[in-house]
Amino acid sequence: MKKDELRTPVSQRPHVIESTHVEKGIGENVSVFINDKKITVPFGTSILDACRENQIHVPTLCHHPDLCIAGTCRICVVEVEGMRTLQTSCSFPITAPIKIHTSTPMVRKARRHIVDLLLSEHYGECYTCVRNNNCELQSLAKEYGVDEYMFGHVTESRYKVDKSSYSVVRDMDKCILCKRCVRTCIDLQEVGVLEAIDRGYETHISTFMEKPLADVICINCGQCINRCPTGALKANDPSDEIWEAIDDPTKHVVMQTAPSPRAAIGEMFGQEPGKSFTGEMNTALRRIGFDKVFDTNFTADLTIMEEGTELIKRLYSALVKKDKSVALPQFTSCSPGWVKYLEHFYPDYIPNLSSAKSPQQMFGALIKTFYAQEEGIDPKDIVCVALMPCAAKKFECNRPEMNSSGFKDVDYGLTTREMGKMIMEAGILLPEMPQSHFDNPFGDASGAGLIFGATGGVMEAALRTVLELVTGEKVENFFDRANITPVRGFEGIKYAEVPVTKVGPVPEILKNLIPNWDWLKDATLKVAVVHGTANAKKVMEDIKAGGKFSECHFIEFMACPGGCLGGGGQPIPTTEEIRKKRAQAIYSEDESLPVRKSHENEHVVSLYDKFLTDGPCGEISHKLLHTHYIKRGKFIV
Amino acid sequence: MLLEEKNSLSEEIEKYVNEYGNNRAALMPILQAVQRNHNYVSDFAQQEVARMLDIHPVEVYSVISFYSFLHSKPRGRNIVRLCRTIACDMVGKDAVEKAVTRELGIGFGETTKDGKITLEFTNCLGMCDQGPAMIVNERVFVKLDPEKAINILNEIK
Repeated sequence: MKKDELRTPVSQRPHVIESTHVEKGIGENVSVFINDKKITVPFGTSILDACRENQIHVPTLCHHPDLCIAGTCRICVVEVEGMRTLQTSCSFPITAPIKIHTSTPMVRKARRHIVDLLLSEHYGECYTCVRNNNCELQSLAKEYGVDEYMFGHVTESRYKVDKSSYSVVRDMDKCILCKRCVRTCIDLQEVGVLEAIDRGYETHISTFMEKPLADVICINCGQCINRCPTGALKANDPSDEIWEAIDDPTKHVVMQTAPSPRAAIGEMFGQEPGKSFTGEMNTALRRIGFDKVFDTNFTADLTIMEEGTELIKRLYSALVKKDKSVALPQFTSCSPGWVKYLEHFYPDYIPNLSSAKSPQQMFGALIKTFYAQEEGIDPKDIVCVALMPCAAKKFECNRPEMNSSGFKDVDYGLTTREMGKMIMEAGILLPEMPQSHFDNPFGDASGAGLIFGATGGVMEAALRTVLELVTGEKVENFFDRANITPVRGFEGIKYAEVPVTKVGPVPEILKNLIPNWDWLKDATLKVAVVHGTANAKKVMEDIKAGGKFSECHFIEFMACPGGCLGGGGQPIPTTEEIRKKRAQAIYSEDESLPVRKSHENEHVVSLYDKFLTDGPCGEISHKLLHTHYIKRGKFIV
Repeated sequence: MLLEEKNSLSEEIEKYVNEYGNNRAALMPILQAVQRNHNYVSDFAQQEVARMLDIHPVEVYSVISFYSFLHSKPRGRNIVRLCRTIACDMVGKDAVEKAVTRELGIGFGETTKDGKITLEFTNCLGMCDQGPAMIVNERVFVKLDPEKAINILNEIK
């Protein structure tokens, strides 16, 4: 035995690790030396976290705070005294008083070689890449002084670019196999579209049976784009077509901007996250050449009116008329990623989905009907562009049923990143722009529309309106400064019960739908707020099993973690911390607005007076503002 | 695929799931059983396995693409794999390779027109002292020469 051991090469001899008595140390603190500095951390902390907490820089690539540990890229290696090889700091839990060195000649050489090896299979030019100057691989190459391709460099493309999807473009030549997108798709979103296919040198990230992305069950949320460290995943960019429309004098180009991009676009211009650039952005958009700049929050307010009325109608049919066919709880339909998720994974629950369109599509339909009529413009000359924090909105505006104005309601969906790029291309420095307001006839919207951007926002906006319409009293009487905090925050699933303590008279706008509110007296409104499709799956399974959530009346679902402000079209990077700051920006802007409830928005009221004359959920609004869904199912043909 | 075939395939997979379990760990034996019976795991079978184990179809495909002995595209009823590793190569693999391709009229990686035999290369079978080695379905043949190899092929034909 002894003799055999001597014959084995050093690299293959068993590596004996002293027993660390793992059970014993849990909950205790361990003192370690990092770069000869004594640091005390809780037992089980990874070396990476210990370093980051103590301002010691360790580079990472496959590591992402939203995702599980993978340890695939090896760039975060450090030297641990007594260990034969370098250890990946992201996946090494501290369980003993070890000595760690983060910058020894061996570590530095290894890191340089690792980056060099990644580059040896990375095809593409930085100049022509969408991620130029915002690429993690590029910055690592700079950081570790890779000045020549020691291990060669691919000179020919190996994969075809997959442009089949309206939302996500995959260029696997640029992929470095960090598997962030795989972990995003399978763990974070539980959609399961991407995986590593084949083995060894042949390994690449692909879909089921290598089918184009448009043919598989991708929900277009774009979270993978937001996690990708290189330019392998990007959004389908329509900016060239938009420039063309802007430069065409016969076209009337109209922009509608969602609430989330304004809270994040500053990040594209080197600003700290958490600062809104609403007024500056409006000026910049006009200078680029958009003829009108509207606020999507206006139709968010309209969504609340339509969806809220739909909810009241459903509750009335179910509770008073005892109609068993009414599907409750009602699900929100604002998030196109969530809508497609439901169509694929829970098609039996499509009746629960509110038939109201998302704010983007409502606006498109209104611009090409109401606005065209008011301004005397031929709707075929109007080009409607939507600035969204979202990749799935590109898919949504291309849905064939979204043409209730007789034209394609929204022509292009543009992400925050692409908008930032267009502003830069026009030579405009966004933070230095003077502020300006949105254009009429839709004007400035209410704070309720604005908070659509954060998870819980739709629910809060709906509650503000429903409570006032039902009780006839101000929401401020129930919740301090109308901030409905139980539905705020970043927990994946939030559940709240709102008691209806008293009822008032039925407001004018709903008179033709219900006679009185008596049936809601002493009722308790049960609501839930869910973000991220992994959480949505949990709630849907609970509803299927007849659990707590099946008794809810209204559930808000958002496909992306954090809601729209963490959307797949937002500036990269997006982390929990950045999402919180963006939410803060949105909520503080909401508090600063004079009108904070959808039904108090005078432009919405006047729209119902002038155009949608038969009220919310009436005939005209059904034609323009409501839609239907497709049972897609999970099976990939 | 006909509806009837689909139903019988579903039933078959259900049988395997009952036998091996309905968790991720059962994925390999289930795929091997399907592969043994059908010579490949069709995209429908992959999705059925994924549905019953409550995992994503792409994960099943990922596993199939990783292993050389699992296939997602139709293969011949018999799979002949010739060892291409150095020990077999040095004792006459080339001669066997030429004889086999000439006999079947197909190259390596291809299937005969009648769907009976698929030819493939494989890496080391662990028969380095008895090469050249060839594995037909799950049976190993060693110390091959062209004549012997052709006899083996004729037997399975």
